[in-house]
Amino acid sequence: MSALREKLYRSLYRIRRVEEEVVRLYPTDKIKSPVHLSIGQEAVSVGVCEALRPDDIVFGTYRNHALYLAKGGDLNKMLAELYGKATGCAKGKGGSMHLVDAAVGVMGGSAVVGTTIPQAVGYALALKLQRRSNLVVSFFGDGGTEEGAFHESMNFAALKKLPIIFVCENNFYAIHSRQEARQSAVDICKLARAYDMPAERIEGNDVLAIHDRVGTTVRELRDGAPGPRFFECMTYRWKEHVGPADDYQGGYRSYDEARPWVEGDQVKWIGQMLDQATRERIEKEVETEIAGAIAFAESSPFPAPEELYTDVFA
Amino acid sequence: MTRTISYAQAICEATAQEMERDERVIVIGQGVDDFKGFVGTTKGLVEKFGHDRVMDTPLSEDGMTGVAIGLALAGLRPIHTHIRMDFTLLAMNQIVNIAAKSRYMFGGTVKLPLTIRTVIGRSWGQGAQHSQGLHSLFAHIPGLIVVAPSTPFDAKGCLIASIRDDNPVIFVEHRMAHLSKGIVPEESYTVPLGKARVLSPGNDVTIVGVSYMVVECLRAAHRLATAGISAEVVDPVTLNPLDSETITESVRKTRRLIVVDTAWTFCGMTAEIVAQIAERLPGTMVRRLGYAPVPCPTTKNLENLFYPNATTIAAEAHQLVRGQPWEPPHEEAPEIIEFKGPF
Repeated sequence: MSALREKLYRSLYRIRRVEEEVVRLYPTDKIKSPVHLSIGQEAVSVGVCEALRPDDIVFGTYRNHALYLAKGGDLNKMLAELYGKATGCAKGKGGSMHLVDAAVGVMGGSAVVGTTIPQAVGYALALKLQRRSNLVVSFFGDGGTEEGAFHESMNFAALKKLPIIFVCENNFYAIHSRQEARQSAVDICKLARAYDMPAERIEGNDVLAIHDRVGTTVRELRDGAPGPRFFECMTYRWKEHVGPADDYQGGYRSYDEARPWVEGDQVKWIGQMLDQATRERIEKEVETEIAGAIAFAESSPFPAPEELYTDVFA
Repeated sequence: MTRTISYAQAICEATAQEMERDERVIVIGQGVDDFKGFVGTTKGLVEKFGHDRVMDTPLSEDGMTGVAIGLALAGLRPIHTHIRMDFTLLAMNQIVNIAAKSRYMFGGTVKLPLTIRTVIGRSWGQGAQHSQGLHSLFAHIPGLIVVAPSTPFDAKGCLIASIRDDNPVIFVEHRMAHLSKGIVPEESYTVPLGKARVLSPGNDVTIVGVSYMVVECLRAAHRLATAGISAEVVDPVTLNPLDSETITESVRKTRRLIVVDTAWTFCGMTAEIVAQIAERLPGTMVRRLGYAPVPCPTTKNLENLFYPNATTIAAEAHQLVRGQPWEPPHEEAPEIIEFKGPF
């Protein structure tokens, strides 16, 4: 149990600190990419990914820093990508919204909401046809469940009983628009059950609950139980929709709403479960790693002009 | 050994041969496993390869295109079929924002060996939403290969080449072409993508015909010959990458260019080809023919005015070469007269 908590803390703390460093560096204008930060939502990616194998596949959204790192994406290449350098995970040509690390199963992010959901379903279909034992997890937000492609994906995944877990990160907002203003059914798990899909809601951004519930589901699917499965994970975005700043003064939400989520911060919560020496060791290792990644990004070259024309075709 | 089969049969044969050769090739689309076999282009495949490799889909063009992309990301080589290009519009987000862009925006770390088969063009009476040729929309997008073979020989060879290509290919089939017959070798072969064909040599005017229009262009060339005009008919075969070299060499000789498309001319393939020739051979005399700039009507007499045909092509060429109008006697294309479906 304590080994798990150490792993969870390392992952949570690492993502939080990377995102905070992105916030710190942003005014230097060295990060030439719009950033949709994961601060406050790390627990969902961490809880799920700690229950997965390296050869499991994840598809996410443009708010993908947490998922990329939690699944094992290369930190140096992530920061280099944000800096637009040739050493970035997408050679500098994708930016924050299109982070990718296929070697560890992080498939590329998409800026268009809902777009990766059917791709995740297709990948799961391939795994089933090839009788492979790895799984696919498809991450999307509450807004993603309004897109037509979501429903087409749910129907097909359920029809074919695919080895895929859908994870809805419900942070209540699509940019500045509240869920109640956009959805008639509001209960997202109800949408999944409409496709005869087992669905479970996990409250409170609770990383241990997410890891436990998703982990149980992962074991069931690997043991041969048919998919798909659905989780709605309630969470909260601390920063503005895009960018490094706070936006509680914008009027669409107040800090009163955020406060319970901030007080329930999973980074702090898991951290205080560890003994001080362990926690400090982990933090020191993470800080060193992050500093190294920033130095890597800073010192890496930009792509050569010819790179404008490469990688259009295989 | 020469034998004659239809374009639809050629597509079916190409698909079957590739599915035998490479177990990663699968066909996925509405009705690919039913008794009609998508106008014969998938007939017999499900019996040979099973439902896991010849898979019917729900009516979810957007989602299923995403699924096809996911299959390709996972290492399979899917052939995704759309019964009509009009319906492919529902899949534009996946095709344009993902399929065309994935390799580039993910820094070369992924590839999408995906073939999307889709059908364009007239038969009769189908109306505005069953007749469109929107291939220029796809040709406009970097990252997509767009190929539009017009003969059974090219259909088989180009489809095999498309399936073997590691990139997303939009494979454009004209519905009248499905019924046309031609000599097709039994063995597997490829027709290289990106190469145009000069179908019949001439000196007075170059006529480029996109997709099945090239058949009307050949008919027009026969009519023009009776008026003493020699037309060189060119089939681009692949729309993007376009073989501008071959077209340029032809126009360098004839100094006159007509481009005929089974599509609207505004911002279409005819505009692109004319623009490229204008850049390479300034001063070339050019004309473009395509659909009338209106949605397609269903009633026969208006429909006949909507589409270019051998008569209107020949008249245009005559005007261009001789500077005089000409009305050759009109003969309706026999395949249009005989056509009774499928639509």
